[in-house]
Amino acid sequence: MPAVQHLSVKNGDVLLLVGTMKGAFFVRSDKSRKKWSVGGPYSAGSPVYALAYDGRAGRNRIWWATQSFRWGTFLKTTDDFGKTSTEPETYSVKFPEQSGLALKNIWQISAPASRPDKLYCGVEPACLFESSDNGATWTPVAGMLNHPHRPKWMPGGGGLCLHTIAPHPDDPQSTVIAISTAGCYRTDDGGATWEPKNKGIRAVFLPDQYPEFGQCVHKVARAAGQPDRMYLQNHWGLYRSDDGGESWNDIANGVPSDFGFPVVAHPQDPDTAYIIPVESDEYRCTPEGKLRVYRTRNAGESWEPMTSGLPQKNALETILRDSMATDMLDPAGIYFGTRSGKVYGSSNEGKSWDVVIEGLPPVVCVRAVVVGDGAGSTRSSGGAAKTKARGGTASTTTKMSAKSSAARNTKAAARKSSSKKDARRSR
Amino acid sequence: MSVTVRIPTYLAGFAGGSSVLRIDSGPTNVREVLDALWQAHPALRDRIVDEQGQLRQHVNIFVGDEAVAWNEGLESKVYDGAEVLIVPAVSGG
Repeated sequence: MPAVQHLSVKNGDVLLLVGTMKGAFFVRSDKSRKKWSVGGPYSAGSPVYALAYDGRAGRNRIWWATQSFRWGTFLKTTDDFGKTSTEPETYSVKFPEQSGLALKNIWQISAPASRPDKLYCGVEPACLFESSDNGATWTPVAGMLNHPHRPKWMPGGGGLCLHTIAPHPDDPQSTVIAISTAGCYRTDDGGATWEPKNKGIRAVFLPDQYPEFGQCVHKVARAAGQPDRMYLQNHWGLYRSDDGGESWNDIANGVPSDFGFPVVAHPQDPDTAYIIPVESDEYRCTPEGKLRVYRTRNAGESWEPMTSGLPQKNALETILRDSMATDMLDPAGIYFGTRSGKVYGSSNEGKSWDVVIEGLPPVVCVRAVVVGDGAGSTRSSGGAAKTKARGGTASTTTKMSAKSSAARNTKAAARKSSSKKDARRSR
Repeated sequence: MSVTVRIPTYLAGFAGGSSVLRIDSGPTNVREVLDALWQAHPALRDRIVDEQGQLRQHVNIFVGDEAVAWNEGLESKVYDGAEVLIVPAVSGG
């Protein structure tokens, strides 16, 4: 096993939590986000599909899920950035025996800032677990465990996984989850019941292409400050909902492919989101060998490629559903990891990119956090952050941020609803 | 009747540090050996079997030279003085 390196981390640092097929790595920088140092690997040799930071109530706790090939899947925590970590005697996330189910993997860990007494896990086979005692004990959410649709859910290529947890920041009873391959579901009664919310989302692989459920939703991101708005990257299809998931509209306007895995929402601007299209469900690499992050600043009316610093030749990359994240700074930092073991970062909202680290095992999860900010789950595809006033925590960029914010407002006011579905897709 | 259970180094950390464990409760099959093992060292259970009590996919158990997978699974018989070997299978990627 490789020697484990530990980080020294202080409040205000930016920390990337990187899950790979061979363990977890913690990567830190100061707020400039220019120089990075790496700690890890933790759980060396085991896939780590889920990480989360819990900075609530004065904690500095990192959670991660170890999927040991041999010894099963379990949660670990560290309160000192990896120097020491828990090794549970018995596993805490387990299905009840009478369910007939056995845990295969943990795909998502959520510590929502809006629900300081709650932790959630999304798992495979698809189910939501919750904890109300800071993770000491976990129970499956009964309405999800016993969902009447369960017998008809089918696994996607990654397995039957509940990969997105998007709590409503203002309504503790309401949460949206997404399952591959079942689609989106929403509870409005604290988890007792879950209704499918897939109207308008296509399932190209089914005879009925617009079923009530059964869509292969890859990731959902809730917009900051406008919680009924969500962005959704589908297995073919890019969508936005403005009504909490009641309906979804195609927003694949001018992207090279509407196939992809991650989608993240800007941490302050509800009109801004990021995706990384890949080519087709057979090839699943970046189109034309160009690594391009696409950004919309008008809620999907148009998308622009963000390529400065990213390879534009021979870059056959794949970026998986949880491998993209934003921090909470202004300007926002955007980060993503590739299956080829590179992590890229932008400290200016995608305008330019640098390699943060390379030579890692295949990256399956990236989370970003500002240490000690008291926040819960890091900004990620499934996160749910409240709006923060754009205040210029990085003084050198305040002018640029103010300018771009004004431009966005103008564009948003001019936005028209339009339907251009047929011209959008490149298959 | 007693049997000896040998476990890998990783699991020994959850069994008081010992890789060789003696079961003297008179087990007649592997399942009873494991039940006795969980009683003495509860942390071993989740690592060797899943919630349904099924042997994890990449864990093998041998009674002597015979893999239980080729026999009757966890119902495979054990005999007095048997050596039960719990080993990680060839796996990974």
